[in-house]
Amino acid sequence: MSISIKEANAKAVERMQNAEPVLVDIETAEDVIPGMTKKTILHAGPPVEWDDMCGPMRGAVIGALIYEGLAEDEDEAVELAGSGEITFDPCHHHQAVGPMAGIVSASMPVYVVENRDQGNKAFCTINEGLGKVLRYGAYSDKVIEKLKWIENTLAPALKEALALTEDGINIKNMTSQALHMGDECHNRNKAGSALFIREITPYLLQTDTDNNTIKDIINFMADNEHFYLNISMPACKATMDAAHGIEGSTIITAMARNGVEFGIRVSGLDEEWFTGEAQVIDGLFFPGYSTDDANPDIGDSTISETAAIGGFAMAAAPAIVGFVGGTPEDAVNFTKSMYEISVEENNTFTIPSMGFRGTATGIDVRKVVETGILPAINTGIAHKDPGVGQVGAGLVDPPKNCFEDALRAFAKKYRG
Amino acid sequence: MEEKILELFGKKLKVINIGLESFAESLKEEGVDVIQMDWEPPAGGDAELASLLDSLMD
Repeated sequence: MSISIKEANAKAVERMQNAEPVLVDIETAEDVIPGMTKKTILHAGPPVEWDDMCGPMRGAVIGALIYEGLAEDEDEAVELAGSGEITFDPCHHHQAVGPMAGIVSASMPVYVVENRDQGNKAFCTINEGLGKVLRYGAYSDKVIEKLKWIENTLAPALKEALALTEDGINIKNMTSQALHMGDECHNRNKAGSALFIREITPYLLQTDTDNNTIKDIINFMADNEHFYLNISMPACKATMDAAHGIEGSTIITAMARNGVEFGIRVSGLDEEWFTGEAQVIDGLFFPGYSTDDANPDIGDSTISETAAIGGFAMAAAPAIVGFVGGTPEDAVNFTKSMYEISVEENNTFTIPSMGFRGTATGIDVRKVVETGILPAINTGIAHKDPGVGQVGAGLVDPPKNCFEDALRAFAKKYRG
Repeated sequence: MEEKILELFGKKLKVINIGLESFAESLKEEGVDVIQMDWEPPAGGDAELASLLDSLMD
């Protein structure tokens, strides 16, 4: 074979290092996401059909069908979802990502993040806050009402504010700053959310939005410490899509879970997913909940780790270890071990407590199989029943077999 | 060079073992100070995967 894996990986990682994701707009999913239709529902993780979906994802699909006016109630939604009329497809197949159930339907407003380096775009819905929300499978009237408020009030105001910025909001810079303020930008987004509110508020005040609505919007953003997650995730997606599709590259460009399976994609292996069973997360539970309540690992938010933040930057966020379990030393050890399976150190995401060392960047599937070191992922834990919400947070090991299968497929494609 | 090697064998051995733990255990039994590195063979010793990895190294 004439292709050099080393050169291909260098090109993929160069794309990651040079990516310049900028939040430029908020649009309606149907208008901007390629392949989106009124009867398409996008979901987190690798492909999964209605019959096989876990509780939180089924609940979120029911909610989305009611929100879209395609069903009046739960019974109608369940019937429609199983009728074959609805197309279910991974967010990842449509330049999109979604936390937890990751459900995206036609009318939902989505952030538009543009990678100024390669010109590609990525999309993600607006974070709804904590508690009973669609991404955890809740679909009560209150949940739908909040989604409508996001669609009709929040999104138009933010869109107008974004239009007033000189050139959008540079998310790579914002994430880099958040890492220096104690976030790892997956499970801790306090600093990122604060930085975003600080950046957008002056523009929001210049819009035609009335004062009471602005007050509601600021309160909504301030009440939700994960508001930034849905902005950071499409920035990571735009970064990783730019690194995908490079012939001969063994760099992992997506890691995602649908609550049943964990899947990865590899730059040089086209659109194929390599999957294994989604694991139950080892973590700390909120009072009254235990492992028995936990849904297996779910959500596209592991695009964070794929793009060199989240678990790969845990040492930047000592405050999080109390939340996910472990000690600050564990966080440093997790972060350091990621250099063993990655190609480079990040030129923008750095960790103050480690001498501003760049985070491990560009996971090489060969190194994962060779060392047996799995990507470190810290994540939220969803209740297995629809609509209960988050019940804890912790660390999770991805299933080893998906990395081994990817290696086998790579060897078959490139070495015959 | 030869002298240095002879000098080495004349001193008390202190060993860091990067490899199979059984080597370290044998030395320990002989009373040698030995530190075992956290090591495992490529792909956990899986011959098929190790062979694929060999074919994909450049």
